[in-house]
Amino acid sequence: MKKLIAILSLALLPLVGFANEGHHLESANVDLTDHAAMQRGAKYFVNYCQGCHSLKYVRYELFENFGLTKEQILNNLMFSEGKIGDLITTSMPEGASADWFGKTPPDLTLEARLKHGHADWIYTYLKSFYVDESRPFGVNNVVFPNVGMPHVLMELQGVQEAVIEKDEHGNEHVKELKLVKPGRLSPEEYDQLARDLTTFLTYVAEPMKQERQHLGIWVMLFLLVFFVVSVMLKKEYWKDVH
Amino acid sequence: MSLMTWIDERFPATKVWNEHLAQYYAPKNFNFWYFFGSLAMLVLVNQIVTGIWLAMSYKPDATLAFASVEYIMRDVNWGWLIRYLHSTGASAFFIVIYLHMFRGLMYGSYRKPRELLWIIGMIIYVAMMATAFFGYLLPWGQMSYWGAQVIVNLFSAIPVIGDDLSVWIRGDYVISDATLNRFFAFHFLLPFILAALVFIHIVALHKVGSNNPDGIEIKKGPKGNRWSDTAPADGIPFHPYYSVKDIAGVVGFLIIFLGIVFFLPDMGGYFLEAPNFEPANPLKTPEHIAPVWYFTPFYAMLRAVPSFAGTQVWGVLVMGASIVVLFFLPWLDRSPVKSIRYKGPISKAMIVMFVVVFVILGYLGMQPSTPGRTLLAQVCTILYFLFFLGMPIYSKIDKTKPVPERVTK
Repeated sequence: MKKLIAILSLALLPLVGFANEGHHLESANVDLTDHAAMQRGAKYFVNYCQGCHSLKYVRYELFENFGLTKEQILNNLMFSEGKIGDLITTSMPEGASADWFGKTPPDLTLEARLKHGHADWIYTYLKSFYVDESRPFGVNNVVFPNVGMPHVLMELQGVQEAVIEKDEHGNEHVKELKLVKPGRLSPEEYDQLARDLTTFLTYVAEPMKQERQHLGIWVMLFLLVFFVVSVMLKKEYWKDVH
Repeated sequence: MSLMTWIDERFPATKVWNEHLAQYYAPKNFNFWYFFGSLAMLVLVNQIVTGIWLAMSYKPDATLAFASVEYIMRDVNWGWLIRYLHSTGASAFFIVIYLHMFRGLMYGSYRKPRELLWIIGMIIYVAMMATAFFGYLLPWGQMSYWGAQVIVNLFSAIPVIGDDLSVWIRGDYVISDATLNRFFAFHFLLPFILAALVFIHIVALHKVGSNNPDGIEIKKGPKGNRWSDTAPADGIPFHPYYSVKDIAGVVGFLIIFLGIVFFLPDMGGYFLEAPNFEPANPLKTPEHIAPVWYFTPFYAMLRAVPSFAGTQVWGVLVMGASIVVLFFLPWLDRSPVKSIRYKGPISKAMIVMFVVVFVILGYLGMQPSTPGRTLLAQVCTILYFLFFLGMPIYSKIDKTKPVPERVTK
C-alpha cells in the first residue's frame, strides 16, 4: 500500500507548480496591521476614487476598525449627510457613467480578491498610466490596456511617457515608463500613496481576515491538544484488540 | 421499571443501538482509508447546519443575491465563518467522497454481496453532484452564472428536444432570476434526500457487513470472540472501538479542514474562484469559464470529444457514460480476489494509471483548451474508459496471490 502511494505521488509530481504568465507586477507589500496606511488610503479613496467608484458592501463604521473615531469619519470622510452605518456609495449615476466611460466604473469592495495576488495588480495599475493621445482621456495603462478610466492621480504623480520597443516580430511593447513632468508628489511619495490605497482596498475586500487568522491559531492549538488526547484514548481502548 | 425499559417496550432503542453500534461487528483490520465514511457524514452535517444558517440571511433574488452574500460575510455575526465552513465544506465533501470511493475501488468493496451498497453509494454521489451544481449558482458571481450557463447548455446538445429541455430547466432563455429561485429550492431540498440516502447506504452496509483491506468475508470465517460466541472471530464491536478511532480521525480531519477555513479559505482560487467576487453579468462573458475543481475531470472529457455528424451531443454522452460506467463496476471486475493486496501486476498498474489519468483530466478541465491539451484529454479519456471496460478481461487473466484465511494486521 505504501508503495502504491509512493508511485502515485511520483506520477503526479509533474502537475505541481505551473508558472504564472502575464505582466510583471510590482509587489505591493501590503501590511494589514498598518493602521496609518489604511487611514490615509481611506482619505485618498473618498477624495480621488469615490466620485466614480462605490464600496457598496462596506459601511463607513468599518473605518473605526483601523483607529478612526466616529467623529473623524463623519466630519472628514463623509461628504454628504448620513449615518455612520451607511453603505459607501458613489454619487455617480449608473446609466450616465456607462455613456461617459464606456462602462459603469466597477464597485471596488472586492477588487482586491478578483484575481489571485490582485493587490500587486492594483498597486502596479495605479503606477502604470502613461500618455496615449489615441485614448479618449489621453492616457493608457500598461497592466490594463485601453482602460476606460482617466488618470485621476496625474496631478499628484506627474506625466509618464512610455518607452516603446519592438520585438523580433515587429510587435510593440512598453519597455518602461519615464516621468517627463513631475507632479506634486515625489516618486517615493506617490509609491507610498499607491501602497496606502492598495492596503485600504485589500483590507475592505476581506475585513475579517485578521480576526479569522487570529482565531484560527487558537482553534489549531485546541485541535492539536485534542488530537493527542483522542489518539491516546483510541490506544487505551484498542489494547483489548491486539 | 427503568426509563430505558419503558422506552424499549415502545421503541427499539436498545435493540437499534446494539445492532448498529455496540454489537455490530466490523473487521478489526480497518486502516487509514476507512476514516472517510464517517468523515463524509460529518461533512454532510456541517453542510446542512451551516447551510440552514446561511439560508437565514441569503436572498435568492438576482438583484439581491450577491449583496446578501457580502452582507453575510460582513454584517451577520460569525457570518464569514459560517460561509467559509460551507464553501470549504463543499470541496471537502468531494475530497472525502473521492477517497471513500477510491477505498472501495482498491479493496473491491463493490463485489458480491455489496453490489447494491455500491450502487446506493453511486446514487449518493450523483445526488451530491446535483446539490453542488445547484449551490454553486447561489452566490450569483460571474463564475456561478457562466458555469451554470455552460452546464445547462449541455442539455441543449441533445437532438430534437434539447433546446426546449434547457429552457424548461432554466425557466427562461438564459440563466435568470427564475433559475436562481428554483436552484435555491433544489439546493435546500437535496441535502435532506442525501441524508435519507446515507441512511439507506448504512442499512445496506449493516446487512452485508463491512469489507476490509484484505477483502475477506469475516462472516464466513471462524466464530467467537471475546464479546460473543456467535460473532465473527475477526470482528470487533463498532462501538467503542471504531467510534473512538473515528473521533481521532475526525480531529485529524478538522485540523486540515479548519486550517483551510481559517488560513486559506479560497485555497488559491480552487475552493472560492476569484472571478466569483464579481457579480453575475449576463452581458459580459468571462474569458475563461471552468467549473469548480471537483467537476473538472468530467468537464475535460466533455471537451475532449469532437462534434460529429453536426452535433455536439457525443461529448455529453461520453461525460454521462463516465459516471454511468461506475454503476456497473460490480460486474466488470472478474478477479477471483477482491482486494488490490492480492491482485496481480496488471490490476495494480491499471489502478495507478486510473488515478493519474483522473488527476490529469482534473487539471486539464481547469485550463483553457489548446490542441496539445485536447489531445492529452482525448488520450486520458480513452484510458479512463479502458480502466473500466478492459476490467472484465484484465482482472480475469491477471495473476493473483493466495488470500489468507484470516484478516492480516
